[in-house]
Amino acid sequence: MTLFKNLDCMSQKEWPLWEVFIRSKQGLDHKHVGSLHAADAEMAVQNARDVYTRRLEGVSIWVVESKHVHASNPDDAAAFYEPANDKVYRHPTFYTVPDSIKHM
Amino acid sequence: METLELTQEEQFQARIDEDIRIEPKDWMPEAYRKTLIRQISQHAHSELVGMLPEGNWITRAPSLKRKSILLAKVQDEAGHGLYLYSAAETLGASRDQMLADLHSGKAKYSSIFNYPTLSWADMGTIGWLVDGAAILNQVPLCRTSYGPYARAMVRVCKEESFHQRQGFEIMQTLCEGAPEQKAMAQEALNRWWWPTLMMFGPKDADSPNTEQSMKWRIKRFTNDELRQKFVDMMVPQAEFLGLTVPDDKLQWNEAKQGYDFGDVDWAEFWDVVKGNGPCSRERLQARTDAWEQGAWVREAALAHAAKRKQRAEAA
Repeated sequence: MTLFKNLDCMSQKEWPLWEVFIRSKQGLDHKHVGSLHAADAEMAVQNARDVYTRRLEGVSIWVVESKHVHASNPDDAAAFYEPANDKVYRHPTFYTVPDSIKHM
Repeated sequence: METLELTQEEQFQARIDEDIRIEPKDWMPEAYRKTLIRQISQHAHSELVGMLPEGNWITRAPSLKRKSILLAKVQDEAGHGLYLYSAAETLGASRDQMLADLHSGKAKYSSIFNYPTLSWADMGTIGWLVDGAAILNQVPLCRTSYGPYARAMVRVCKEESFHQRQGFEIMQTLCEGAPEQKAMAQEALNRWWWPTLMMFGPKDADSPNTEQSMKWRIKRFTNDELRQKFVDMMVPQAEFLGLTVPDDKLQWNEAKQGYDFGDVDWAEFWDVVKGNGPCSRERLQARTDAWEQGAWVREAALAHAAKRKQRAEAA
């Protein structure tokens, strides 16, 4: 199941849809910021610069055609994430440490 | 046996009531989807058409500084339109269809852009007054229940405050200038004040969609609430500039801690909404011309991309 409903019914004349990810500064990860239409990847990167980084919001841009994004199904969320639900022992706060113990 | 099973729609409403954002792939009532597509695309169209009245002054801005600022503002508006179209597309609307609806007159946009920009002071008034009204409408939308719309609005609001400040600065410069300049500022305020009040939409009593939109937390304030806020915010700013708000019913009301003000000419409002504004035809014509004259570019870019792809695959 792709991310968006309309990809199949998009007209032949419409430029493909691209998802845009931007690294706001060195050391941070790329973050999804939105989408845009472009004829090819090169144009998508240029358009992303004009649409999403007019105020120096980024130092690096990734674009990926929306049709290539596959997503989990929100209707299955309860069952899908359930395995992590009852494993509180995965968190450090599950354990008691005596007050006299430092650096832990 | 009593059943505690909630219908899909009740579950949806429960999430809204808990302020949990709705995301593109989540189940939503068809009416919610339709309302959002209508509202977001109208909003996007307004950004697009909103470039036209200002585009009129780019070549005639009084200095290079003002020209650069105006260009940046108009470019922002194109960007805002694109953020919003992209949010509407996550609901299944197609870009071409939305634009086709704008060009055919089926889709609406803010009626304010159907008024002419006759003097340079109009650039100040639009930034200060019109963008001021837009900000009041838009800030609550940063918390609207549909995630992609809210995120787009956060970006829009960040950029919009520059628009308002540059407008106020134009007004302040005019008001501190020669008497002719100040008169120009007053004349612009006289023309724009009432159309700006119309931007908040019909009175609550005549706004049938408001109740459902509030329930879905698409809207957070009613039209009349926002209009009142706007008047309360703007009157002191006009006083600072030494300008007179063109409303003889305008009066401070101590009891409600707000201004009483005159009624908008609703006949004019509905007439402009129906497409009979002073510049309605001109605006749509400009949009349609741009779309049609750009068709060969869109087609050529697609053909070029297809050819390059074909070559890459052959190699």
